[in-house]
Amino acid sequence: MALPTYADPLERAWYYTYIVICTLIFIFLIAPILVIIPLSFNAEPYFTFTSKMLSFDPEGYSLRWYDELVVKGMQSTGATGAAWWSDMWQNSVWVKAAKNSVIIGFWATILSTVLGTLAALGLSRPEMPWRRLIMAVLISPMIVPIIIVATGMFFFYSNPCSVIGVTCGTEEQPWRLTSTYTGVILAHAALGIPFVIITVTATLSGFDQSLIRAAASLGANPRTTFFKVIMPLILPGVISGALFAFVTSFDEVVAVLLIAGPEQQTIPRQMWNGIREAISPAILAVATILVVISIALLTTIEVLRRRSDAMRGVTGR
Amino acid sequence: MAETTMDSTAAGLTTADGRPLKVALAAAQSRAKRRAFLLVLPLLLFIVITFALPIGQMLQRSLYHDGFSKASPALGAWFAANPAGTEPDEAAYAALASDLLLMKENRLAGEAGTRINYSMPGTRSLITSAARGADDLQPPYREALLAQDRKWGEPLLWVAMREAASPWTTDFYLSGIDMQRSADGGIERVAEVNRVYIWLYVRTFLLSAVITGICLLLAFPIAHMLATLPMAKANLLMILVLLPFWTSLLVRTTSWIVLLQGQGVINSLLVSMGVIDDSGRLALIYNQTGTIIVMVHILLPFMVLPLYSVMRVIPPSYARAARSLGATSWTTFRRIYLPQTLPGIGAGVLLVFILAVGYYITPALVGGADGQLFSNQIQFHMTKSNWSQAAALAAMLLAGVLLLYWLYDRLIGIDKLKLG
Repeated sequence: MALPTYADPLERAWYYTYIVICTLIFIFLIAPILVIIPLSFNAEPYFTFTSKMLSFDPEGYSLRWYDELVVKGMQSTGATGAAWWSDMWQNSVWVKAAKNSVIIGFWATILSTVLGTLAALGLSRPEMPWRRLIMAVLISPMIVPIIIVATGMFFFYSNPCSVIGVTCGTEEQPWRLTSTYTGVILAHAALGIPFVIITVTATLSGFDQSLIRAAASLGANPRTTFFKVIMPLILPGVISGALFAFVTSFDEVVAVLLIAGPEQQTIPRQMWNGIREAISPAILAVATILVVISIALLTTIEVLRRRSDAMRGVTGR
Repeated sequence: MAETTMDSTAAGLTTADGRPLKVALAAAQSRAKRRAFLLVLPLLLFIVITFALPIGQMLQRSLYHDGFSKASPALGAWFAANPAGTEPDEAAYAALASDLLLMKENRLAGEAGTRINYSMPGTRSLITSAARGADDLQPPYREALLAQDRKWGEPLLWVAMREAASPWTTDFYLSGIDMQRSADGGIERVAEVNRVYIWLYVRTFLLSAVITGICLLLAFPIAHMLATLPMAKANLLMILVLLPFWTSLLVRTTSWIVLLQGQGVINSLLVSMGVIDDSGRLALIYNQTGTIIVMVHILLPFMVLPLYSVMRVIPPSYARAARSLGATSWTTFRRIYLPQTLPGIGAGVLLVFILAVGYYITPALVGGADGQLFSNQIQFHMTKSNWSQAAALAAMLLAGVLLLYWLYDRLIGIDKLKLG
């Protein structure tokens, strides 16, 4: 937006103020995320820039917090070579948390993406009955406060059979989903579904339904139509929905707090511990790694969006 | 040829295999409907079972607590036979004594005492210790129990026991709106110092309104800038909005702790610049200020994105037309531009407000004592295992959120929700 030629001095002044205000707001948005990156390389256990860091003295920087991350929880710190690697893979607290996060995130994403994409296909058909109501129900996991969702799931998963009045397992030790991977995965899948629905229905809104009829008239059966016509066109939307679902799971802590047992600790859960107890710069090292991951995800999403727009013939943005 | 077309009514038309067209069309349409619904059905079942059912089951707990009722069949019978307000007679005390014995035998005293304790604080030990000595109780029971503890004669206790003797109760909602049962069986407000929930509820909505307001103020100019800049530049700046959106909530909360805490970046910067003394470092976090700052940062993208998508399609020619007709720039903004952004403002404000009202993580980590929201109170009762109270508070919060959600659907439409 450029300043029009007929602007008077007051408007000119206001225009430059507006630029300054916008710049400040952008700084507010991005600075907190960027500031932790250099701080995670701090050689001292402080949360502020030391004078050595400000003068770019190499001594002010170190990788000690990253080292601490890897080493935490390892049994034999003196080991070298293969023994060290296997120790790290088995025992390092953060490596374990990362593995859990990836496992839970992966299965939750698969579940919510498959179910969500099917449902989005149904929802975008013009003849879908009770569309508005069903849509409202499917989006609600994003709207209902997470503490309510997690509390409800905690009770339900600690004895799922009681709802239909049956006792599974024994009376003292009923079959339960709390403290299991399945429980956390189901919870995270439910939380990720709104994002899949929103992104895939958005992609489908630009989808030309007559292509389906064209495929059918050329002799394709519904299966072929789905895999050869529909899927390639909506794939960018599906992938970005899947990424949203994965990030939702990867970032989720409240359901994990209530449902997961000690075996299912994820990265956010460990961070939660780290922030609540004495906060150490090692948290900043984790945060930096996560920021790098989110930059990678954002880039992927952006590339996909452009591809999707190009496919649908949207010009410009 | 033209005549036959004119003559045949809709009912007269038939398909190739001789069925009336109307019937065939209806069948085809209902088949299409069924197909569409079958695609949605698996997900709908999944959401109902893993999400809706658990919430419903939890809400049931807010009205149901059988801790006392399952341990007190005799008292339950006495309460059923005698209307509220009856002075407890010897028969009532005899029923109490037999129930106490039952509690002892089945080890239910703790649970029963906890339930009464919710309605009348300080009575858990009264019941557990009476149950321990239930074997030694001799008639007349009234005297025997009163000799143990004068509290057994208190009318308030009998009111509490009458309510708890039935598993279905509204007690937890009463205490959720800062009410309690009075000795005469009526309802009264709790003592002033104990009134917490209504104020917290109001404060949660107020704080959310403040956060939403700040978000709108900050989002409006940058959304406008993004919408009016040339596409290439706007896409670059958009990254500055989307990166926070994609960054983990805990990472953002952590960075704000680092920035705002006493020994953090901002305070150190201010001290080294000489704006404040070393002793006068600002308390920017672990209080309400911290909650507001961090939540504004986290929710800002949810305001920018809907605003941006509306502003992008506002034709700039309208503003130019207004200017050419003699409007000042302020009038142009107020009368021409602002009204056109209202759909975006509505969508952003409602979404941010809904998300803010239910926030838990950020207030828990940076809220300190006075920056807590209603969700944190629910979690507090969860950790104390007072599940019915947690459920009642959850139901109150859920009611507020669903009302807003309904409003959002009415005004904006769920299907208009977009991300990124």
